[in-house]
Amino acid sequence: MISFLDFEKPIAELEARIAELRATADGSDLDIDSEIGKLAKKSAGMLMATYARLTPWQKTQVARHPQRPHMVDYLRLIFTDFVPLAGDRTYGEDAAIIGGLATLDGRKVMLIGHEKGHDTPSRIKHNFGSAKPEGYRKAIRLMQMASKFGLPVVTLVDTAGAFPGIEAEERGQAEAIARSTEACLALDVPMVAAILGEGGSGGAVAIAAANKVLMLEHSIYSVISPEGASSILWRTSDKAADAATAMKVTAQDLLALKVIDAIVPEPTGGAHRDPATTARSLADALGRELSTLAAYTPAEIVRQREDRFLAIGSL
Amino acid sequence: MSWLSKVRNSLSGLAKSDTPDTLWMKCPSCGEMLFAKDFEANLSVCTKCEHHGRIGAKARFDQLLDAGYTVLPTPKVPENPLNFRDTKKYPDRLKAARAATPYPDALTNALGTIEGTKAVLGVQDFKFMGGSMGMAVGEAFVAGADRAIAENCAYVICTAAGGARMQEGILSLMQMPKTTVATRRLAAAGLPYIVVLTDPTTGGVTASYAMLGDVQIAEPGALIGFAGQRVIQDTIREKLPDGFQRAEYLHAHGMVDMVVHRKDLKGTLAMLLGYLARKEVA
Ligand SMILES: [Zn+2]
Repeated sequence: MISFLDFEKPIAELEARIAELRATADGSDLDIDSEIGKLAKKSAGMLMATYARLTPWQKTQVARHPQRPHMVDYLRLIFTDFVPLAGDRTYGEDAAIIGGLATLDGRKVMLIGHEKGHDTPSRIKHNFGSAKPEGYRKAIRLMQMASKFGLPVVTLVDTAGAFPGIEAEERGQAEAIARSTEACLALDVPMVAAILGEGGSGGAVAIAAANKVLMLEHSIYSVISPEGASSILWRTSDKAADAATAMKVTAQDLLALKVIDAIVPEPTGGAHRDPATTARSLADALGRELSTLAAYTPAEIVRQREDRFLAIGSL
Repeated sequence: MSWLSKVRNSLSGLAKSDTPDTLWMKCPSCGEMLFAKDFEANLSVCTKCEHHGRIGAKARFDQLLDAGYTVLPTPKVPENPLNFRDTKKYPDRLKAARAATPYPDALTNALGTIEGTKAVLGVQDFKFMGGSMGMAVGEAFVAGADRAIAENCAYVICTAAGGARMQEGILSLMQMPKTTVATRRLAAAGLPYIVVLTDPTTGGVTASYAMLGDVQIAEPGALIGFAGQRVIQDTIREKLPDGFQRAEYLHAHGMVDMVVHRKDLKGTLAMLLGYLARKEVA
């Protein structure tokens, strides 16, 4: 069962009506069948129309949808022969960031990404996708290993942000993020990042300073959450929708600003309505970028990545 | 407005030596009433409790560089790229900040010498929109590092920022990798990159160039962290430990090399450069 978002209420009502008719129809009454057909067509049309013009705030809700496919879903759907690698060798293992060796359509890669979890126990295990310093230090370790063995790096980004807690600060959250960003920039192998859902601030960019950055069609990428911007800039909690629009957080905005390189299309109604199709589109997009980057020399790979970020803000 | 900005504004237009002897202020830490002139003469440190007040780029240059330094131009960047407005238009906020501070954005570089050793010194001014890192700060940081490479000297940065400049949205976030490209260039050139963390340094600035120094120095009592204290409290719902995210706390947790009193800062930098700076080719 798909759980509907607030702005999908008219579609939810239609779907409920269809389900009700189906329950009473018993497959015998042709009139009811055609009625159901008409309603289903109307519902599909409404879904398409709604998703064709989602506002930034609606996209934020889709990006955070509890049923939205996460890292582990893509791992299952498009990657094979996964060998998980754990720990930062200094303090601990942080399940908010998953990493390991994986194969994508026959191509061996180092895969690193945030995992939010899908129910209460797994959300607690993965700390809702909010990594601590040890998570970023594990990412650094895996990136350096990728470089050593000539494996391209694929990162899947999905976090509300790095974890804000006492222990995280004590163990150097800021330093871990800074060093992880630095490790991305130092890679002499190709790196492609894809924002799956939420790209939340420094906790996202720490594993997204890549040669090519992709975003799923309804994902968001932002310096601060719309709620955070509302409370800081507007000094009220109810301007999140305005903040989402003003900050330009959508994939479409970021492509126009040249902060990302391509948008991965989602099925009508969002990734959660058809994870398999979304995953296939993602695999194809990642493969395209990795193929292009495979032609670069190590020096060119580093240079292209540096130039990409140096250009942002230069006249 | 902070107590210091109030004082600064009341001082604006007056040359330093014209500061009236009668102008006084209250130390925000110990509450002592201080003469503004004494306070400034003491490097903006409270004469009673040693509280280190926030200071701008000009005062830093004067305190840390030998006489005769050159303030470097701040690179131009696209202004208001998102056409942003919250309760005010972003250009209006920029205009107000420029009226209240001497330089065009929050990070200004100067080329000079520190007890005779050449260095580029970058200073973030918290008074300019909370020192926040937007494209102008990112571009100035890259320019400062590049100038240090061209001069074959160290880049020293005094950080002060609430974080990224939200009015530039994602473009401010992208300054984190951008400035890191610059710190990597300094490293590749074998040149020292020294960070002086001043009050306050938080958010995306801490999580990029402010934590990547070869040597990390912090001023006493400076607030330094990634997440804001209110955000942490709202997340974990626990009381924060005493001295949390202060310079001394970071030192105890291995995040900075030393906590240095402002009166000893120039000497410390000179000593470090004596060890680390490239020797002039004869
Ligand atoms: Zn005092």
